[in-house]
Amino acid sequence: MTLADLKRGQQGIITDVSSSHIPLKLLEMGCLPGNTVELVQVAPFADPMYLNINGSHLAIRKETAVHILIEFEDE
Amino acid sequence: MSKQINVALIGNPNTGKTSVFNALTGLNQKVGNYPGITVDKKQGICKLPRGVKAHIIDLPGTYSLNASSLDENVVIELLLNKNDKDFPDVAVVVTDVENLKRNLLLFTQIKDLEIPTILVINMSDRMAYKGISLDIAHLEEQLKTKIALISTRKNTGISELKELITNYKALSTEPCMNAASIDKDYFTALQKAFPNQLLYKLWLVITQDVNFGKTNRQTIEAVSDFKTKSKADLKRLQQKETIKRYQFINNVLKKGRTIDLASAKDLRIRLDRILTHKVWGYLIFGLILLLIFQAIYDWAQVPMEFIDGAFASLSNWTKNVLPDGAFTDLIAEGVIPGLGGIVIFIPQIAFLFLFIAILEESGYMSRVVFLMDRIMRRFGLSGKSVVPLISGTACAIPAVMATRNIESWKERLITILVTPFTTCSARLPVYLIIIALVIPEGRFLGLSYQALTLMLLYLIGFGAAVGSAYVLSKVLKIKSRSFLVIEMPNYKLPLFKNVAITVIEKTKTFVFEAGKIILAISIVLWFLASYGPGEQFNNAETIVQQANPNLTEEVLNDRVAEHKLEHSYIGIIGKSIEPVIQPLGYDWKIGIGLVTSFAAREVFVGTLATIYSIGSATEIDDEDEAMSTIKNRMAEEVYSDGSKVFTLSSGISLLLFYAFAMQCMSTLAIVKRETNSWKWPIYQLVIMTGIAYFIALTAFQILK
Repeated sequence: MTLADLKRGQQGIITDVSSSHIPLKLLEMGCLPGNTVELVQVAPFADPMYLNINGSHLAIRKETAVHILIEFEDE
Repeated sequence: MSKQINVALIGNPNTGKTSVFNALTGLNQKVGNYPGITVDKKQGICKLPRGVKAHIIDLPGTYSLNASSLDENVVIELLLNKNDKDFPDVAVVVTDVENLKRNLLLFTQIKDLEIPTILVINMSDRMAYKGISLDIAHLEEQLKTKIALISTRKNTGISELKELITNYKALSTEPCMNAASIDKDYFTALQKAFPNQLLYKLWLVITQDVNFGKTNRQTIEAVSDFKTKSKADLKRLQQKETIKRYQFINNVLKKGRTIDLASAKDLRIRLDRILTHKVWGYLIFGLILLLIFQAIYDWAQVPMEFIDGAFASLSNWTKNVLPDGAFTDLIAEGVIPGLGGIVIFIPQIAFLFLFIAILEESGYMSRVVFLMDRIMRRFGLSGKSVVPLISGTACAIPAVMATRNIESWKERLITILVTPFTTCSARLPVYLIIIALVIPEGRFLGLSYQALTLMLLYLIGFGAAVGSAYVLSKVLKIKSRSFLVIEMPNYKLPLFKNVAITVIEKTKTFVFEAGKIILAISIVLWFLASYGPGEQFNNAETIVQQANPNLTEEVLNDRVAEHKLEHSYIGIIGKSIEPVIQPLGYDWKIGIGLVTSFAAREVFVGTLATIYSIGSATEIDDEDEAMSTIKNRMAEEVYSDGSKVFTLSSGISLLLFYAFAMQCMSTLAIVKRETNSWKWPIYQLVIMTGIAYFIALTAFQILK
């Protein structure tokens, strides 16, 4: 599944980012495999998405989010 | 003169870098431009212990040395150019204690350039609140640096920072990470080809699209036995570099920082639940906008009237004190009203910058971007276009400059191109006088027709901006990947000092930049209206007297002045464009106003004031009276057949012309600088004015 599938308040772990679709800036802000990501808030139509990646708070568009693969955290 | 230490302040956005700069320099700072581009260059002087002085540059905020915008390029160009006179003796990297991990990425990159670097950990007052504790000794050892733990809010740690800067020579220049570990083979080959260069510097030169000493990158590509990689491969390596850096940082922080989540409190979550809410979020944003408009157009009126009055009496006073002559006229009728035309905008501009500074300092602006992105995208804009469009209601110049953080070139260009449609404060005086002149008094649902007209003009401006953005997004064939990455910073109470300095500096810049042009125009205008070629101008008195021998002296003087104006240089210009503007319902005097408005719209009212008051025999002391006198004179203007010049149809045509036309040289100049070509400002000028002409023509022909 991808980051775009997360519901508000849900958490996941980033497993892979497709670097050709993701701006370097996003990676530098902590969007890297292994990091925990939480969907904090969404704007209408779930776009853009307000994320908390390992304590780094940022917003991205849904079209970028679909290129970030995640899996649910093992509880 | 003792030697100054060159200090560069570097840091991520939202780390309080500017607060550190303000704390070090106070008001001892100045904002200029980097040569050739309009990125603000902020520098200041700081007095250090033992009589040493530091020259401090506040570099634009950046998340890393991999530049993706003009602002960020400035940082990397300076750090890679040892010959730059501002090249830092010491770099001060400012970080936020709550975002230390992400902030350290940039720090490790700068360390790897082997520049002596001090690490500032700001907002230390938040540590207890957030349950964070740091092992400074461990961090200093691991990061091979000295750390200043400061709080600009509580004003602690600044003197320790000054001490560290003074002793910068004691800092280690050892890098944090070995660049070669990114890709062994590639970097070995690179080092072999350029044995005398710093490896990490070479890497940055290869991956960045910036000029470093101009030859650097080409030299690398010119070496035949060294193969560079494809763009995609380079990006993959940059990603690898980022991962490696984070691994290093995670290791450092594992022992150097502990966070007790149990004692952490978060105001952010509660505030964001409301401020980014699907309904409340928009409602609150709307209310804030209303408040801003209220301030700009209502509260600002009080100081504006005061300024207006003060300049009018200054002009009169000059006229009375200085001896009669051309020089006095130039000062009293050219320079002083020209200056007044600039100063009058200070209250509005200051209010606008005050609100924008508060919204940005508090962290709210990022929420606006979040809320508006999707809506704006529909029109080919970005969420980040909202800030320029709001700023545009004060002045398009700072608004165009505020587009810089829009990542996608296409979205940024469209924002730049449509921003001048929004109703800037310079249109306001034109609207006010024409509305007062042609729109009848009366009320509709309790609202006056005049107020409704004004509101409608604002809506037209905004609609034109958004509508043309939509058209441009379909028409412009620019391939530019559109994406949005925006940090959602913590909410903070704005620091009074930061807000005050921003308002003062930005207003000062506006006054001096726009002021120069407006002042020059008013002098030229005065000259063109006061001189003319040939008999008709120079012998105006005799000619008028011969044609009308039976006039009283007062009326005669007025007639002479009018005759002179008609045959002055400006009159000739106005007359020559009359055939073009007649279908729109304007006479040659309005034509003069239009011509001078191409320098700046607000000149229109001043021009009409000049045109209708030159040679006026009555002295005007009271400013209200002066305004109504101009209004009365305009209302009395008739064509030779006795029909009125200013009617409902010609007035509306004029209002619409001003709503759409591109009449601001300063904006064109800024657009030229921001887009780096004359192509876009020329398009803007031609297309906007074309639309204006067509719409004004249609309106007049229908209404007349």
